[in-house]
Amino acid sequence: MIAIVNRNRWRETLAAAVIAGPALLLGGCINISAPDKPIVIDLNISITQEVVYRLDSKAQSVIQQNPGVF
Amino acid sequence: MKFVTKIAIAALIAAGTATAAGAMMLPQDRDPAYAAARAAGQVGEQPDGYLGIVGEPTPQLRALVSNINIRRKTLYTQSATDEGSTVEQFAFVTGCRLILATEPGEKYQTPDGRWMTRDSSPPVRDARCLSNGQ
Repeated sequence: MIAIVNRNRWRETLAAAVIAGPALLLGGCINISAPDKPIVIDLNISITQEVVYRLDSKAQSVIQQNPGVF
Repeated sequence: MKFVTKIAIAALIAAGTATAAGAMMLPQDRDPAYAAARAAGQVGEQPDGYLGIVGEPTPQLRALVSNINIRRKTLYTQSATDEGSTVEQFAFVTGCRLILATEPGEKYQTPDGRWMTRDSSPPVRDARCLSNGQ
């Protein structure tokens, strides 16, 4: 008799676990929504005005010589 | 013997001229799909010197943009090595020019990440860009 009661309890526990398990998993879901702000691109590059001047003419010629890429 | 030498020299000159002519004709215009995507405002110029997708990305647009950007990065890397700068620096300076060179109706990205349609007014660019470029 004691053995049967114990077996029933074990079944109840198992049933509870089967139901509660997915419920816990669902509760743990993280909702990710797309940001409504524009994505800020990282322009945090280190460049001085002097370097900009120095590279500018080469940049111009690269653009002119490769019209299909730009 | 002399005649043979002359022919050989003539052949060499001809070959050299042909190569030079080939090199002169090498720069190809934009791929029609790329030109169409630009005109439709589906792609635009970013301040970092690369092309970006403006709206919803499609596999076709992704492929187009990455193809262009891979080729750009190759050029930036070569040029940066020649100029003794970083690739990012060279790409940035080129990007300044590319945004300035956009035509009315084409898209470009501002330094704070907004996509703008170029109109007749000067584009919004990074403060480090040269104002008298192009």
